[in-house]
Amino acid sequence: MKKQLFALLFALVPMVGFAAGGGGVHLEEMNPDLEDKASLQNGMKLFVNYCMGCHSMEHQRFSRAAEDLDMPQGLVEDNLIFSDALRFNDQMHIAMDSGDAEGWFGAPPPDLTLEARLRGTDWIYTYLLSFYKDPERPTGVNNTVFPLVAMPNVLEPLQGVQEKVCAASDKPVPGAELDPLTGKYQSCETLQVTQPGQMEPEEFEEAIYDLTNFMAYAGEPSKLQAQSLGPKVLIFIFIFGVIGYLLKREYWRDIH
Amino acid sequence: MGNPNKAKAERGFMRWVDDRFPATQMWEEHLAKYYAPKNFNFWYFFGSLALLVLVNQILTGVWLTMSYNPSAEGAFASVEYIMRDVEWGWLIRYMHSTGASAFFVVVYLHMFRGLLYGSYKAPRELVWIFGMTIYLALMAEAFMGYLLPWGQMSYWGAQVIISLFSAIPAIGPDLAQWVRGDFLISGITLNRFFALHVVALPIVILALVVLHIIALHEVGSNNPDGIDIKKKKDETGKPLDGIPFHPYYTVKDIVGVAVFLFVFAVVIFYFPEGGGYFIEKPNFEPANPLKTPDHIAPVWYFTPFYAMLRAITFSLFGLDAKFLGVIVMGGAIAILFVLPWLDKSPVRSMRYKGWISKVMLLLFAISFVILGVLGVLPTTETRTLVAQLCTALYFAFFLLMPIYTRLEKTKPVPERVTG
Repeated sequence: MKKQLFALLFALVPMVGFAAGGGGVHLEEMNPDLEDKASLQNGMKLFVNYCMGCHSMEHQRFSRAAEDLDMPQGLVEDNLIFSDALRFNDQMHIAMDSGDAEGWFGAPPPDLTLEARLRGTDWIYTYLLSFYKDPERPTGVNNTVFPLVAMPNVLEPLQGVQEKVCAASDKPVPGAELDPLTGKYQSCETLQVTQPGQMEPEEFEEAIYDLTNFMAYAGEPSKLQAQSLGPKVLIFIFIFGVIGYLLKREYWRDIH
Repeated sequence: MGNPNKAKAERGFMRWVDDRFPATQMWEEHLAKYYAPKNFNFWYFFGSLALLVLVNQILTGVWLTMSYNPSAEGAFASVEYIMRDVEWGWLIRYMHSTGASAFFVVVYLHMFRGLLYGSYKAPRELVWIFGMTIYLALMAEAFMGYLLPWGQMSYWGAQVIISLFSAIPAIGPDLAQWVRGDFLISGITLNRFFALHVVALPIVILALVVLHIIALHEVGSNNPDGIDIKKKKDETGKPLDGIPFHPYYTVKDIVGVAVFLFVFAVVIFYFPEGGGYFIEKPNFEPANPLKTPDHIAPVWYFTPFYAMLRAITFSLFGLDAKFLGVIVMGGAIAILFVLPWLDKSPVRSMRYKGWISKVMLLLFAISFVILGVLGVLPTTETRTLVAQLCTALYFAFFLLMPIYTRLEKTKPVPERVTG
């Protein structure tokens, strides 16, 4: 534990990793489904349990999420709000001081309210699945989507330890060509779980889907309102247009 | 209709008003007895649509101002507060942000209509110049508005544009500092941009719109044939090819408004970011003066001019490339102002101009679109070359106009509008 903390402290010094995820990395497709309340609820559970130690959602209120995701107030207060300083109507603040965080990690972990709108859900989904063991990194892990990232793989207990291995993969791997015989990609850059975690790989992918889904929701909660209001407005404008057209035709009857 | 006493009372009321204010006279001059050519086509919707968008921007802008916090510390969070906590705030904000892009869409189409049918030619030079001044003010308005959300692209976009002032020899750096009000873009810059965006420029734009319409109604509207409808009048003095703007064009514009609003609402409700072109992705991260984004692109409506700026990669006449780029970019807008005096053609409408004019207008429009696309992309050698070619074509359209409009053979113009 002490050694790990020490390693963590060293991670802070060179802050190269905070630049940005490089371009040209293959991203898995992740299409959010804001109608899937169970997925969003599970995503929020994962977020407050695993991410909110370091990452805030400064603009997202617990109460708003409760309302939008169909969760009763009591349930949220008992299971999703851990700090005594936070109330149901508060935004999802964190206790970690950003000055401390900067000292520990080199830069404060970013607020994640708008992360899904900033980087896109494909990026977040792929990023969270792309940690692999790298003993040379202070955190012991590296990431193919965001090389030299300072963030440790906090989901490792669920995912297990993932490593870069030489193997065939169904999914495209950067730099690997598709083998026409097997229909797979043969590469030594393939990521594979070598020590199982609490979840099976498919189960973990589903959890990451839910987590990303929640972040997509938090990026733009109004999307739920827009989707329910949109069709009504469009139908209204359509009818207005038809009546307008008939009116125009009537007035213009005598113009030649 | 109905109660004769009521009608009489209304007439009495209007007489009372008219004795004190020319209400009926104004109504007739600008609507009920303003005779517009009867052959307006698709291109003639965009003037009234621009007015609609202007009203949309002013109304939504007023409501946004009620909840927005114009400070470097609070601006970004206040926009998210509007998006989440203010009742209908998300809708008002998207109406405003989408409205900005819609404004430029309709204005560009409106300007293209002018080029197509020669609406800038005598006697409508002032209509055109007032319109161009509106366009200029609108660009300033949009540019300053884009800083207000205080996101990364707000900040760095403004940084790039303001730094253009510093390219001016001798006074440049001091001028840029004077515009910013600080050594770098800061809360001070944000505050002055806020003041200009919500008070000064809207007043200027509204005044110019009034001038634009008064000048138009003084000389009368042009039409797709580019002929003067006032030459053929009936015995009562009404143009034979003219119809009262109200009710004919008011009801017709309602149809245009409905189609426009439909598209506008689809964007607002389903694609408010406009694929990253109306609201750019980096703007979901608060402004950070210490972190330059990998790729800075202005919003789409500025990109043609931005591409011209970047196309100038060489020094000339002892002027360095950056300053030359600024001159070219400024020149691209300035040259539009003198357009009425560049066109020497005896006819107004493209319908009766020669083939050179048609080809030049087509090349001009294509160049403008290509420049717009190039302006969002990072530069490569090929792209710079294409941008240089398109910039040359853009200017050729104007600079060669006095020559080709004189040279080419025009078709005979009909006596009456052809529909």
